[in-house]
Amino acid sequence: METGRRNFLKIGGLCTLGLGSLRLVDAIAKTEEPKFLLNVQALSAKRWAMAIDMKKCWEKGRPGCTDCTLACHSTHNVPDIGTQKEEIKWIWEEKYENVFPRQESGMEPEAIREKPFILLCNHCTNAPCTRVCPTKATFKRPDGITMMDFHRCIGCRYCMAACPYGARSFNFRDPRPFIKTELNTTFPTRERGVVEKCNFCEERLAAGKIPACVEACKCKALCFGDLEDPKSDVRKALASQFSIRRKPELGTEPGVYYVI
Amino acid sequence: MKMYDGKYILAGLIVFIVLATFPVWFTHGKAAPPPELKLDTPVIAKMANKQCVLPKEEMITGHMKLLNDWRTQVVRDGKRMYVASDGKTYEMSLQNECMKCHSNKTLFCDKCHNYAGLQKDADPYCWNCHIAPKENK
Repeated sequence: METGRRNFLKIGGLCTLGLGSLRLVDAIAKTEEPKFLLNVQALSAKRWAMAIDMKKCWEKGRPGCTDCTLACHSTHNVPDIGTQKEEIKWIWEEKYENVFPRQESGMEPEAIREKPFILLCNHCTNAPCTRVCPTKATFKRPDGITMMDFHRCIGCRYCMAACPYGARSFNFRDPRPFIKTELNTTFPTRERGVVEKCNFCEERLAAGKIPACVEACKCKALCFGDLEDPKSDVRKALASQFSIRRKPELGTEPGVYYVI
Repeated sequence: MKMYDGKYILAGLIVFIVLATFPVWFTHGKAAPPPELKLDTPVIAKMANKQCVLPKEEMITGHMKLLNDWRTQVVRDGKRMYVASDGKTYEMSLQNECMKCHSNKTLFCDKCHNYAGLQKDADPYCWNCHIAPKENK
């Protein structure tokens, strides 16, 4: 079959028109997309942060109080493996020299040197763990929470090496038999080969509740709120007292502040 | 053609063929009946309109994709509510929403997954982390 240039161009033009109209047909025929919405009671913020008033904790709290830890670990089904190597911790205690290395003068009052500090994930603005995660299983949410997607975690533990605060724990074995608190059936457990850490109770925030540790502290030593909102509890606590953060020289910009 | 040790070789071959084809002829004509899923949980019994988040056929073929999408929405985008096509709102949670109605995991989820030959605890491994509802057996 022979065809001239004119005919070829005509057919070509028609084809282009036909292909172009496919998109139009698509747009018209498109069915309604499923709708995903935020929970109406959800608490929201530009930058979630926490202020921990250690003075209040030491002075008002009863000695050896672990209410915050217990509340957290029972809310999130955190196991108690029993050995330090395999310990799983979301919120835990440490001494001053380990909490604020290179910030100690060596001449601190005995009380500060010996008393326990409460530690948890700092939810850093520049979180090193999220930068190294090869699967993006850990990532920053727009509200400042450093979130873990347990589904995606492959257990490579890069994040544990990257975290300067030791806030991450690895499940060397199936954690289920080691959950000694009453099982919270509304929150999942983890499985072997997954890294876990504090999630700033994002599942509770989504339901309009403040984090479990903050709620559990009877002496109100923990303040939680939006760092960008001058009227929030955190800002009020930080505005009236001097506070420090862990390892500021690293530039990670932690979201957990300590009043000593 | 001369065959050395012919009777041993032939006997061995026959034994081999019989053994190798054993699964085929042994189960011939005995197809496992497709599983019957139990929907008689207390919560479903109380429902006036027995309707899942999607039509039944779509749930059968697409529940895995739906759950995957839900996970992405909840974990990565922080959105927890799903508006179904009939306007009803559901919390996107396997553990807290799906299993509220389908509280009979062993008679519902497991029935099909076992029938389809999905390995226990391997695929789908939802229940390695998510806590299945307590069942009275």
